[in-house]
Amino acid sequence: MIKKLASCIREYKRDTILTPLFVMFEVILECIIPFMSAKLVNALEQGADMGQVLKYGLIMLVMAFASLGCGALSGYYCARAACGFAKNLRHDLFYKVQDFSFANIDKFSTSSLVTRLTTDVTNIQNAFMMIIRVAVRSPFMLIFALVMASMMAPSLSVVYLIVLPILAIGMVIMTAKAMPLFNKLFKKYDALNESVQENVSGIRVVKAFVRERYEIDKFDRASQELKGDFTKAEKILAFNAPLMQFCIHLTILGISYLGAKQIVGSGGKELNVGNMQSMITYSMQILMSLMFISMIFVMVTMSVASAKRVAEVLDDESTIKNPADPVISVKDGSIDFNGVKFAYSAEADKNVLEDINIHIKSGQTVGIIGGTGSSKSSLIQLIPRLYDVTGGELKVGGVDVRNYDLNTLRGEVSVVLQKNVLFSGTIKENLRWGDENATDEDIERVCKLAQADEFVQRFPDKYDTYIEQGGTNVSGGQKQRLCIARALLGKPKILILDDSTSAVDTKTDALIRKAFAEEIPDTTKIIIAQRISSVQDADQIIVLDGGRVNAIGTHEELLANNEIYKEVYTSQNKQNEEVS
Amino acid sequence: MPRRPYVKDPNAPKPQVGRIIGELFHNYTGRLILVSVCLIITSIAGTAASVFIKNIVSVIEKALDLIKEGSTAEEALKVCMSDLKPIFITMVVIYALGIAASLIQQLNMAVITQGHLAKMREKMFRHMERLPIRYFDQHPHGDIMSHYTNDIDTLRQLISQALPQALTAGLTLLVLLGVMIYYSIWMTLLVFVGVFAMFMVTKKVGGNSAKYFVKQQKSLGKTEGYIEEMIEGQKVVKVFCHEDRTKADFDKINEQLFGDANEANKYANILMPIMGNIGNIMYILVSFVGGLLMVLKVPNLSISTLINGSALLDISVVVTFLGMTRQFCNNISQVSQQINAVAMAMAGATRIYSLIDEEPETDDGYVTLVNAKFNNSGELVECEERTGVWAWKHPHQDGTTTLTKVEGKVELNDVDFGYVPSKIVLHEVSIYANPGEKVAFVGATGAGKTTITNLINRFYDIADGKIRYDGININKIKKDDLRRSLGIVLQDVNLFTGTVMDNIRYGNLEATDEECIAAAKLANAHDFITRLPEGYNTLLTGNGANLSQGQRQLISIARAAVADPPVMILDEATSSIDTRTEALVSRGMDGLMYGRTVFVIAHRLSTVRNSDVIMVLEQGRIIERGSHKKLIEEKGKYYQLYTGAFELD
Repeated sequence: MIKKLASCIREYKRDTILTPLFVMFEVILECIIPFMSAKLVNALEQGADMGQVLKYGLIMLVMAFASLGCGALSGYYCARAACGFAKNLRHDLFYKVQDFSFANIDKFSTSSLVTRLTTDVTNIQNAFMMIIRVAVRSPFMLIFALVMASMMAPSLSVVYLIVLPILAIGMVIMTAKAMPLFNKLFKKYDALNESVQENVSGIRVVKAFVRERYEIDKFDRASQELKGDFTKAEKILAFNAPLMQFCIHLTILGISYLGAKQIVGSGGKELNVGNMQSMITYSMQILMSLMFISMIFVMVTMSVASAKRVAEVLDDESTIKNPADPVISVKDGSIDFNGVKFAYSAEADKNVLEDINIHIKSGQTVGIIGGTGSSKSSLIQLIPRLYDVTGGELKVGGVDVRNYDLNTLRGEVSVVLQKNVLFSGTIKENLRWGDENATDEDIERVCKLAQADEFVQRFPDKYDTYIEQGGTNVSGGQKQRLCIARALLGKPKILILDDSTSAVDTKTDALIRKAFAEEIPDTTKIIIAQRISSVQDADQIIVLDGGRVNAIGTHEELLANNEIYKEVYTSQNKQNEEVS
Repeated sequence: MPRRPYVKDPNAPKPQVGRIIGELFHNYTGRLILVSVCLIITSIAGTAASVFIKNIVSVIEKALDLIKEGSTAEEALKVCMSDLKPIFITMVVIYALGIAASLIQQLNMAVITQGHLAKMREKMFRHMERLPIRYFDQHPHGDIMSHYTNDIDTLRQLISQALPQALTAGLTLLVLLGVMIYYSIWMTLLVFVGVFAMFMVTKKVGGNSAKYFVKQQKSLGKTEGYIEEMIEGQKVVKVFCHEDRTKADFDKINEQLFGDANEANKYANILMPIMGNIGNIMYILVSFVGGLLMVLKVPNLSISTLINGSALLDISVVVTFLGMTRQFCNNISQVSQQINAVAMAMAGATRIYSLIDEEPETDDGYVTLVNAKFNNSGELVECEERTGVWAWKHPHQDGTTTLTKVEGKVELNDVDFGYVPSKIVLHEVSIYANPGEKVAFVGATGAGKTTITNLINRFYDIADGKIRYDGININKIKKDDLRRSLGIVLQDVNLFTGTVMDNIRYGNLEATDEECIAAAKLANAHDFITRLPEGYNTLLTGNGANLSQGQRQLISIARAAVADPPVMILDEATSSIDTRTEALVSRGMDGLMYGRTVFVIAHRLSTVRNSDVIMVLEQGRIIERGSHKKLIEEKGKYYQLYTGAFELD
């Protein structure tokens, strides 16, 4: 996991190495500067010897500037290293996700992928910054100060033997007590925010049922409970600072007591006052470093979960890859399913599709009908190889889909997905997803085909109308028509509509089908629909039931022989009978 | 919805950080005073250390002098120890006080921080619930949400860290300043030069850092928005082989984020070493100038010289000054580290208050909805218990009240309406619905069907015309009561976290389990609910993510059924559910409509045909009205729609 993440440092290796290096110099200078200032004070005390004052002052000045330089440089490199690392990490993740197959995306789920790319990366970036800067600084400071201290007065170091364990044990207890509490709290906090979210999106329901008071009471209760728990957890952490102070004070008292005893006892030979004072300065540095180390420890532990989640994505391999020697042209729009089986995961005990044999000639129009869960969408997603079959074979243009170059195949097989999206941008920009080089005339032509031109022309900005994220500023039916137009723009040999006209009125739906028949007769068209009227003119209609082909035939044949088809037909047409 | 960054809006109200702090002091006056006292004690305990060490050193030196004068080490040690004893005792006491004060301060800060955050959260929620629908329609939901997450988090940082640090620093600086002026004004001026330098650096470097942090937030928002949009649409990206373009676009945005983040962190990172070393340089300057003043015998000017009359600068004063300079600089540098937190909190507070200052829904209504019954003489009288009979209680100016039975008669007279005053979307709409009648709205998207229903329950207020409910102008009816008398089933179903039973009971909090189950039966939902793993106790989360679209629809119908209002507004779902579920939902709807005045935005032919009156809408006008039979005979727009095509969206 660490190796995988570390590989994202790349061009920021220099910065990543220089940061701790400069931090070390800075620490060394920081440890020496107190030395110099002690000398400066001595010089002053010895009757303001200006020569000495000037000398030590200048040395210290140089050191201060050096320390400033080192500090600034380490800060500079640290920022570059951490931000660069995060940039590369995001880059790798995003590229990885782009190369994922549908199966990979399903495995992670969209929202979890978004979290991994956003929150998790931010957490890791912060941890990384801590590691290369503070995590170097504190232990280094600790060691340096310890060495200086024990060199200066080994006999006084005994104090550390008492104080350090107290501090360490205290911090361990606090962390052990507070961490699980906080982890539980964050979940509660999420739940609270979730309920706000529900209120925001369901505000019409809240207001319609006059439940404002009720919701407020509910929220207040949850909020108060959360407050109580959070306060409890933070009260544990409140002991942190006093503990630290206790240790510092204890050290000062201990050192001055032992120091006094030793200095006077030895008549000032073994130890002198100056050393004792320096010991106290070093003690502070030691304790502070220890405190920082514990902080880093907590922060890094918290980011481990994020690192794991990110590494999971980086480690995952796309289940669908381009073949070694791909076929780069699709001969025609014929499709053959030969004994195709399919399951979404290898572990599933039941196949989603079983024993599928379908043969579609180039240029045919095929309808697919079936209830929810009859695997209509699964069936058509196999054709552009969005998923791989788990048994049997699927041929497009006489060639197994697994032998095609993916871009070639998907360029020729255009699917309008059931859960379709438009992206933020103008209508033109959205449509050009189908073909980057399409001219304005091309765009208008496909929009006429998809019966979208008429409403687009009514927008004030026409084809330059800006579509909001998720396409929220067009109606459901308009969105579907734009999605069809987008798919048409690439002039595919096979066009698949997965319930893509459900929100379009029947008249327009009929117009679209008519346009297809007249304008793109050579394109194979597969139409999944709930409405019989959408498929009844098809060359063949496939009735799917529970992942198997129940029947294949024309409208008339199925109406005469197929129970499922008949049932759907009657339920939909009962209402129309009285009209005529 | 992408998280919106903290962008500075030119029209944005003024920063509200002062208001946050003001409210904080108002709410926690006692505790904050206690905390301040504790802060003083802790900082005194901290500074006391240097004084005591000085004392100890002098004791040691005295003992060493004794040895020089010829006494033995043992004797000197004895004298030294007895001299040290009182000093140590005082130290222990002061330290104990310091630790206790620090503990009290920390414990109280935990209470204050969490308490205030909870208060802000609740205040925001309470206010949000009272905002008009317009607010929710106009603000992206992600934006509203971020008030509760990001913005509140910035306040946490401000209250728990920046504020106490600023307080400590402020107090210490004040004390130090007093002491400094007491000793030497010349030296104080010198320290001020340093303070000025530090201030300038903070303003420049820290200001840059804060500026880029805000920029970084913006880029981060943009990047996250892009990631979210693309990953949401990942399958479409794949279908169009658009991966390379998406990658290229992402790289651009990612690079921008890197640039801003790098600048922000760079400035933040170098601020600390600069401040620390200005401290060092000040130290050198003070000792140098101090020495020079002593050597040149420049007369000192200070409060102490004014009192004592001694005129020369003393070495002890210079040494004390050195210690104070260090402390002074440390304090300022610590405060400067909080500048980013303060900048973020300022943006956060501004956004929070922009929600809190939003005008809430107003209600001038005075006609209320009451339970009623008929007394022996057949008169309608108000009563406490739920009788199934409701009345409008109408107080008059002369002090009398009249009761009108709620029948469910709704009239719209020449109603005009626009979401913005400049753009009228409904023109002269008139509708008359008698009790028990079913009115269907038919028309294309944007024709104004939903808008009409928004007006009846006063989610929006009309621009012109009149709406009457049982003969009473709805502006006179209290909004809550008006809405209580209207049931509503929306196209987009919103369920709440809780059990199925809780969700049904949402319609009527007093309903018993039996009543809820009866409502579920009426809505045709009972069968599938009993088949759920835990029946009515099945927990629903994430807007009923574990249910199908059709099932969620059925629960929302049951929810409206349990409220049992005299008037219903129904918006039929358009989403593609399969034929069998659709039949279930239809029957559920039909059950709900029976015996009520119903306004239905119709998408199904059977619904329309069974309606008493059909309103055909086009671009905000009613172009045809009448029964199914009449409209078919007229062979107008409705006839076209009905025979040729039926606009579904």
